[in-house]
Amino acid sequence: MSVDARDELVRSLAGLALFADLGDPDLEAIADPEWERSFAEGERVLRRGLSGGGLFVILDGEAAVEIPDGSEPRRLRRGDFFGEVSTLLVCRPTADVVARTPLHCLEIPGPQLEAFLLHYPQVTYRMLQTVTRRLRDLLE
Amino acid sequence: MASTDERPFPPGDYPVVVVGSGPGGLQTSYCLSRLGVEHAVLSADEEPGGMFRLYPIFQRLLSWSKPDAPAERGARAYEWFDHNSLLAEEAEHQALVPEFMDRTFMVPSRPEMEQGLAAFANRVPVSVRYSCRWEATRRDDDGRLVLTTSDGEYRCRAAVFAVGVTTPWKSPIPGIEQVPHYVECGDPPEYQGRRVFVVGKRNSAFEIADGLLPWARQVILGSPRPVQTTVIALSTVRVRYLQPYEDYGLGGGTFALDLAVERIERRGERWGVVGQGTTRPGPIDLEVDDVFAATGFSAPLLDLPALGVRTVAQGRIPALTPFWESAPGSGIYFAGNATQGAAGLRKHGVGASSAAVHGFRYNARVMAAHLAANHLGVRAPRERVERDRLVPYLLDEVSSAPELWAQKSYLARTVSEDGETEILPLAGWLDDPGGRSTAVAVEMNAAGEIYPAVYVANGGGVREILLPPHELNDFRGADYERELRAVL
Repeated sequence: MSVDARDELVRSLAGLALFADLGDPDLEAIADPEWERSFAEGERVLRRGLSGGGLFVILDGEAAVEIPDGSEPRRLRRGDFFGEVSTLLVCRPTADVVARTPLHCLEIPGPQLEAFLLHYPQVTYRMLQTVTRRLRDLLE
Repeated sequence: MASTDERPFPPGDYPVVVVGSGPGGLQTSYCLSRLGVEHAVLSADEEPGGMFRLYPIFQRLLSWSKPDAPAERGARAYEWFDHNSLLAEEAEHQALVPEFMDRTFMVPSRPEMEQGLAAFANRVPVSVRYSCRWEATRRDDDGRLVLTTSDGEYRCRAAVFAVGVTTPWKSPIPGIEQVPHYVECGDPPEYQGRRVFVVGKRNSAFEIADGLLPWARQVILGSPRPVQTTVIALSTVRVRYLQPYEDYGLGGGTFALDLAVERIERRGERWGVVGQGTTRPGPIDLEVDDVFAATGFSAPLLDLPALGVRTVAQGRIPALTPFWESAPGSGIYFAGNATQGAAGLRKHGVGASSAAVHGFRYNARVMAAHLAANHLGVRAPRERVERDRLVPYLLDEVSSAPELWAQKSYLARTVSEDGETEILPLAGWLDDPGGRSTAVAVEMNAAGEIYPAVYVANGGGVREILLPPHELNDFRGADYERELRAVL
């Protein structure tokens, strides 16, 4: 198997806005194979009503947020993250997130998210920016 | 007189071909045979046992087998206390590994494990065509799979690859190609008085450290991520190997550094290890006598990616459906250690036990039934639970079903509306619960609490209900009955 695979993962992470402030040692620490998840097209990534999920960051591929009210599914692409509401508030997700193409993600498990965000404040700051932008878009 | 090849399964057409004679291959073949599914088993090895014929190098296994346990040997509940034996329905083929244990530890030694697997293969027996190496794979015009082997071609509707995660893998650190991999570690006395650096802080790295600790002058382990030991189920290092970590914690001379290694270089007779600290940032430069790459293994997929097999874990493991198929309908299945490629829900970050025998032996049984039904139209017989027995039945399952305890949040006991029951992957059942049906699983949270989870499908969505933990893990009492009855 390619020995470049880990390096590819590090480079892939380095290209995401969320991790843009981190150096290689930090990126290597984040590029944990146990956090790497792969989903086939059509597979559910986040499940409505199920506890115990994590924060997902899309590395490659597309997903859609499917809310049961029938509204147009919101598309998620490389660099987008989801699962932060249910993870941070320790509640069950209110929507399904479904892979629309083969999907490659990093999943930070719920119980490790607090330590992760405290250890990488630059990531936390960028996440806060994105969440604030989403809030502004909703309010406008 | 011309010599004749008396090995079973000559090249030709078979409904199913199983590749591998380790625990995954043996268990799959056993389960297919019980379903009456004709199949060939091929192995490049000369004897059964797979990876356990060679590894772990210091003979220390990770999983317990308790010859005496809270459940009687032979009972279904006993399987949970015997993590290393393969599953069988006949009493004389069950719980074979404890037979060979000298009880020095509650985990078998590598040779004891190997003997237990060989006994299973010989006594059942599981027929295997040994010394037959799978070399290439393609798909015929009619959609069937063609496996090219050292003995010729095998055609089949479905193939099960139980080839382990056995190819030494090194992370892409400049210079790492010059140092030995975990599998090349010599006898501990060879390292007497030496300063040893191990790249990696997972099981194989700690296994080397544990093995060399009585001989080496100093052992230093290094990888970017810190060791997590707070919750054992979430830990990347099993308790069995934690001695070097304790030594590090107490300042005994061993170090487990959070370090991104940038390069490994020759410095005369010694090695230089250069990198950057992660948890505590800053440059690190070490000079040592020996370096090992304990950076893991990959599954030998050969040309399967060309047939659409995707990978995960930095290309090392096949990405699988909840039923351990490379893609729905592909007919390319995996058994054994590679079934970790179906990650399941990983609720609270708790992974499945699919990289160990006690997890993947159940995956094999569920997979065999799925394969038989979906590719050959063979339906496994199913038990039925009467409506008035449902509550005590489910509570009994979450209290003692070895499948649910071994594969937490991963395998579930499911009961359909008409009372048919089977063990299924929880993720697969959630995707298609089939009308009004119920599933129960055993789950664990980050605090290490273990409790039953109940999933109720009502035709629309699925509702999750978590029952409270019990100090003796016995969920059969009146309080649980009342609560579950209210839910159902």
